Amino acid sequence: MRFNALNLLRQAFGGNIGWPEQWRSPDPRSAYDAVIVGGGGHGLATAYYMAKEHGLRNIAVVEKGWLGGGNTGRNTTIIRSNYLWEESQALYEHAVQLWETLSQELNYNVMYSPRGVMMLAHNVHDVQVFKRHVHANRLQGIDNEWLTPQQAQEFCPILNVDPGIRYPIVGAALQRRGGVARHDAVAWGYARAASALGVDIIQNCEVTAIRRGADGAVEALETTRGTIRTKRVGVVAAGHTSVVMAMAGVRMPLESYPLQALVSEPVKPIMPCVVMSNTIHAYMSQSDKGELVIGAGTDAYTSYSQTGGLHISSHTLDAICELFPTVRRLRMLRNWGGIVDVTPDRSPIIGKTPVPGLFVNCGWGTGGFKATPGSGHVFAHTVARGEPHPINAPFTLDRFRTGRLIDEAAAAAVAH
Amino acid sequence: MLLIRCPYCQTDRPELEFRYGGEAHVSRAQDPSSVPDAAWAEFLYMRTNPKGFHVERWRHTHGCGRFFNAVRHTVTDRFLATYRAGEPKPDLEALAREAAR
Ligand SMILES: Cc1cc2nc3c(=O)[nH]c(=O)nc-3n(C[C@H](O)[C@H](O)[C@H](O)COP(=O)(O)OP(=O)(O)OC[C@H]3O[C@@H](n4cnc5c(N)ncnc54)[C@H](O)[C@@H]3O)c2cc1C
Ligand SMILES: [Zn+2]
Repeated sequence: MRFNALNLLRQAFGGNIGWPEQWRSPDPRSAYDAVIVGGGGHGLATAYYMAKEHGLRNIAVVEKGWLGGGNTGRNTTIIRSNYLWEESQALYEHAVQLWETLSQELNYNVMYSPRGVMMLAHNVHDVQVFKRHVHANRLQGIDNEWLTPQQAQEFCPILNVDPGIRYPIVGAALQRRGGVARHDAVAWGYARAASALGVDIIQNCEVTAIRRGADGAVEALETTRGTIRTKRVGVVAAGHTSVVMAMAGVRMPLESYPLQALVSEPVKPIMPCVVMSNTIHAYMSQSDKGELVIGAGTDAYTSYSQTGGLHISSHTLDAICELFPTVRRLRMLRNWGGIVDVTPDRSPIIGKTPVPGLFVNCGWGTGGFKATPGSGHVFAHTVARGEPHPINAPFTLDRFRTGRLIDEAAAAAVAH
Repeated sequence: MLLIRCPYCQTDRPELEFRYGGEAHVSRAQDPSSVPDAAWAEFLYMRTNPKGFHVERWRHTHGCGRFFNAVRHTVTDRFLATYRAGEPKPDLEALAREAAR
């Protein structure tokens, strides 16, 4: 059933008990033309575009837990495209353009809100780096502008621009088209739209082995719900990518770290935009429910624990209290961690692997939510055609051998 | 916050005194110029990143200042052993058996 005014009214008068399930939950078939491993936003988007744009309907997404229970449902949803290198700009800008019409495309309100993302500069190095970004972005037609501390405060009135604070704000880079979206809705919207096109969405189904034939090519997946034969597999398993790829004998240039976030008790609207500070490891926005959504940094060591150290989040709260003194007395409601897969150059890997039939989309690290639609779109092309889309062509696994890295490390650091 | 036993100082100290140094027992080629690109990629970038026992380097930066190695379980974050740099990698299966007891 489509979401539209008429159906909303009908269901409202009918007590809202007539809504059908949003996606089918079939048992896995014994074989598919292609299987996506991982039912986060990226995996679900991949399946949707494979069905919609490449006509593949006999396909499935297998998810070991519930949809979006990984990083999709744990992230702070910052969306922006003001990256440094042309390759990255093309990739993230592709996603931003898809975000702009995604709710209409999926007939599902993903609550994309381009309210502006402002990145704070606290020292000379920040100023130089951000100005370099502003110029690099503008050359590519991507909006990014430089603000003085006063302009930054006009954009976000609760920001403390007092020059006497420990890390004073000396300027800011603003991408007005950046913003946030509702994370769960992204997973659910893609799942619903993909299911309607015939994609099987299979939850509580963990891949435990990847079977390869005598020629080395992928033959089947072993899962907790039985064997699934398929010649084409797309691994989109975020923090668990190294684990899944090891099942096919492929070593990855990835390390998995816990990354934390917190939300405060809800308050009336006080914050109209997203503010990030890479230098002092804090960023914040306000959800439509009124909670302040706060992101912290990663732990120093690799881990799959899904809980970060307390000193990491308290360090972030120190910074938040200094940047936004008005929130000092708010209580934190929840604090959680997700496991992010980090590459040496902080850019994702989207493409082929040494194993025929096996494709991988990973390495989004601390900042892949923003890319969800674009990532799914280009990876669908890659899996369906067996060759990358021009946008993801530079993001190979092989770049770690050739040395053609896409180094966003200085730009991204802990940020999103 | 982890509690880490420095094998030199022989005491359990809070994580803040240490620096993490990544996967252990990854060694640079003896004759770098003869090494093919794939081997360089392996040395520089490829990591085991296991869900389970991880053999890793730490440095007791705010203590004795020395590097050492450790075996930690990456789901529980529990340390099974720490040992001095240069000592051989412990038998992970034996450690696992001991931990299960
Ligand atoms: C605290 C936090 C804050 C963040 N903030 C931002 C932000 O503000 N902006 C931004 O752009 N990004 C942010 N990110 C990063 C972003 O969340 C990720 O890059 C992105 O969600 C990755 O997408 P995904 O769909 O691949 O991941 P996931 O949603 O993690 O999906 C991967 C799925 O694979 C499944 N899986 C794993 N192994 C198997 C298996 N063996 N069999 C079957 N299924 C398996 C997992 O259960 C999981 O559901 C943040 C991340 C965290 C943790
Ligand atoms: Zn010591």
